[in-house]
Amino acid sequence: MDSKRRDFLKIAGLSAIAGIAVPSAFNSLLKGEALASEHGAAAAGAHGAVAPTGKRWGMVIDVKKFSANPGLAEKCVSTCHAVHNVPDFGNKKDEIKWVWVDSFNHVFPDDSSQYKKPEALDSMPILTLCNHCDNPPCVRACPTQATFKTKDGIVAMDYHRCIGCRFCMAACPYGARSFNWRDPRGKDANGQPFIKAENPKFPTRMRGVVEKCNFCTERLAIGQIPACVEAAAESKALVFGDLNDPASEVSQMLKTTFTIQRKPSAGTHPSLFYII
Amino acid sequence: MYGKGRIIPALILFLGVMTSPMWFKSADVSKMPKPEKPKDYTECVAPVQEMRTSHMVLLNQWRDDILREGGSRIGKTANGTEYVRSLQNGCMKCHSDKKKFCDECHNYTSVKPYCWDCHLQPKEAM
Repeated sequence: MDSKRRDFLKIAGLSAIAGIAVPSAFNSLLKGEALASEHGAAAAGAHGAVAPTGKRWGMVIDVKKFSANPGLAEKCVSTCHAVHNVPDFGNKKDEIKWVWVDSFNHVFPDDSSQYKKPEALDSMPILTLCNHCDNPPCVRACPTQATFKTKDGIVAMDYHRCIGCRFCMAACPYGARSFNWRDPRGKDANGQPFIKAENPKFPTRMRGVVEKCNFCTERLAIGQIPACVEAAAESKALVFGDLNDPASEVSQMLKTTFTIQRKPSAGTHPSLFYII
Repeated sequence: MYGKGRIIPALILFLGVMTSPMWFKSADVSKMPKPEKPKDYTECVAPVQEMRTSHMVLLNQWRDDILREGGSRIGKTANGTEYVRSLQNGCMKCHSDKKKFCDECHNYTSVKPYCWDCHLQPKEAM
């Protein structure tokens, strides 16, 4: 009886040790692996560590040329909005914007120069649109994968899947997304439709979905350049092209000209570059 | 049988009421939907039966392929005719009258797709 109790205690003790030691050993092994893979991912994602492959559409916006051509920025906006059936609700609160004009201080809020900068900047019309980020926060926030990143670097939307939760609007650091509070097909108090002239080639949206610039993916597919770039073609204020192609016009321009991006501290790596 | 004077007429009446849709509707062949087919085109993107049963699946496949996978916007029919894989710019090119084509069957089967909340139907047919 004594020896049996002794055996039982031995087995119980060994089991207890095994029960404590094995999971912790596993845990430390798993942690080690996790750390190693995290390290690998960080190395692969680091800027310039891996040669980029495939297309990445991008744009250079020459702000000086917009100052030199008053009305050009507005022309780009109206062209885009006409092509994409963007409604004009006539008030700021419900505004839908794919491309818009804003002041320097609003577009570049983390400029650290405070008041020590040229006064001319304040009156410069700065055209801005979805940045089509390399690391888009809106895509991570979307619970239905209605917004996603395509292979050619465009942050696109599938309006069929949008449930209108507006998480993407909260996630976007650039305010590039608008929500349809009202029916875009509707009419205002004077009986005027919100979409002045419908483009029969492109759909509208419906009430309750978020919308944004699609970098004219429907035009790129048939070999055209984005509508805003076409509108500004004469002055060359907007230059569009493949950022991953070293021979493209944008790449050449970025090689020779100093540009800034919106909110670089957000770590989104925008595809839009500004010449101020 | 107790109370058969009431039960049997009531049963006959019940059966009559329950099957009334059959007597009044199904024999009426003239009320079957007759979607108007395009006159200038004889071939659709897929066989008629497939289009009848799963055109909505096809539309979803086109959308996901083009939007997410970067697929081609141009498709080819069995006879090699090129078409645009798009409801608004493809389907409606041939089936240009939504009321005479889409609505015929959708109304008959009481299906209310929300395609036209966003997509525009050809202007001339509206």
